[in-house]
Amino acid sequence: MAVTEAPTKTIKLVITRQDKPDSKPYTETFEIPYRPNMNVISALMEIQRNPVQNDGQSTSPVCWDSNCLEEVCGACSMNINGKPRQACTALVDKLEQPIRLEPMKTFPVVRDLVVNRERMFGALKRVKAWIPIDGTYDLGPGPRMAETKRQWAYELSKCMTCGVCLEACPNVNEKTSFIGPAAISQVRLFNAHPTGEMNKDERLETLMEDGGIEGCGNSQNCVRACPKGIPLTTSIAAINKDTTKQLFKKWLGM
Amino acid sequence: MKGNSYYSRKLHSLLGVIPLSLFILSHALTNFSAAEGGPQGFKDAVAFINGLPIVSVLELVGIFLPLLFHGVYGLYLAYQSNNNLGQFSYGRNWAFTLQRVSGVITFIFVFWHVYQTRFQVFVGNISHDDLGSTMNEIATNPFFFALYVIGVVAAVFHFANGMWAFLVSWGITVGPRAQRISSYVWMVVFVIVTGLFMASLISFRGDEFQEASAALELIRGV
Repeated sequence: MAVTEAPTKTIKLVITRQDKPDSKPYTETFEIPYRPNMNVISALMEIQRNPVQNDGQSTSPVCWDSNCLEEVCGACSMNINGKPRQACTALVDKLEQPIRLEPMKTFPVVRDLVVNRERMFGALKRVKAWIPIDGTYDLGPGPRMAETKRQWAYELSKCMTCGVCLEACPNVNEKTSFIGPAAISQVRLFNAHPTGEMNKDERLETLMEDGGIEGCGNSQNCVRACPKGIPLTTSIAAINKDTTKQLFKKWLGM
Repeated sequence: MKGNSYYSRKLHSLLGVIPLSLFILSHALTNFSAAEGGPQGFKDAVAFINGLPIVSVLELVGIFLPLLFHGVYGLYLAYQSNNNLGQFSYGRNWAFTLQRVSGVITFIFVFWHVYQTRFQVFVGNISHDDLGSTMNEIATNPFFFALYVIGVVAAVFHFANGMWAFLVSWGITVGPRAQRISSYVWMVVFVIVTGLFMASLISFRGDEFQEASAALELIRGV
């Protein structure tokens, strides 16, 4: 290694910043020394160590949210070069420069790249994305799940509530109350579970209200954007089928 | 737009198929009689429709009211979507945006087209027999002809892609393979129905319709 040589290769980043939830966003450009195998998080850490813009002006360090650093927690989701994805798996070597970082615009910005994804957790509560097993006595073992079913249900369970599908959806915006693809897919997951199935109707009914499944306009961006490859459009269509059945069941009093 | 949006959205979707998709197909076939049978063929086809029992009720309940609800609620849905083709230029996202654009074009076109044809019959300016010559006047005007081509392509696209979306929204085509095959089927339907409309629109430009048009002018002049 040529240790004596000064590092000449640099990385340029253009970051959309915002000081407060209600203040105006602005952009700042940074140029940081290149190291092999960097990801967007390590680039942000570099800026944190030396918060100086490319014109030499010092600034406050850029804030971001991250946790697991292996694309399973969903915390570091942001728009990287215009596409929503996780910063931890966005490798600098594979990105076009300058690297443009923006917060996801579907969610309220807390500061800089940190957004509040609370609406997603609210959505999970609304659709009751859990299996109620608590009782005052031992309910015994639940029914068995077929292995073939478990295999596709496992794919749905990979959802990390990262918000990328909501960001990609043209129908999740301030003009609608659409719940978004993630929660719909979770309804399919919990309705597929042999014990969860016992509360199937409740979850479907929630999706047959304002802001429910009808908000889907079939743009199918969600399935293309999902970092975990979850078949979101298949989930939506399957739940469309179940809600349609539920609709007729209710009308016919079955 | 109050009440549960699930039901209004489902009604919007259902009305798009029954009766509106059925109507656009019947309209394409009726018009094609102009290409197949000339002015007489078209007159007979129009006379057949007007000879149907309770035709006014069918027109009101089967066409006008569903069209009005589907159109107005559709404009609201188009307003609600944030198109993001710049960020996600995928095929289905294109179809999503085009569905909304073609819906708005169709809404305006249908208003204009109904004013030029059905409304003129309603107020007594022309009779059903004169519709062929009215269409000749429209189709021979290059500007109107161009607008009609745009309007028809938009309407038929909205119909074909809308049918694709209907099958997804009611849970009939669930998996990606079913949805892909469905998109091929509706693409073929789009081409065929557009072809039917274009054939009739071109034949309306023919001299045989113009003669009838001249005769109409003569009668009017007297």
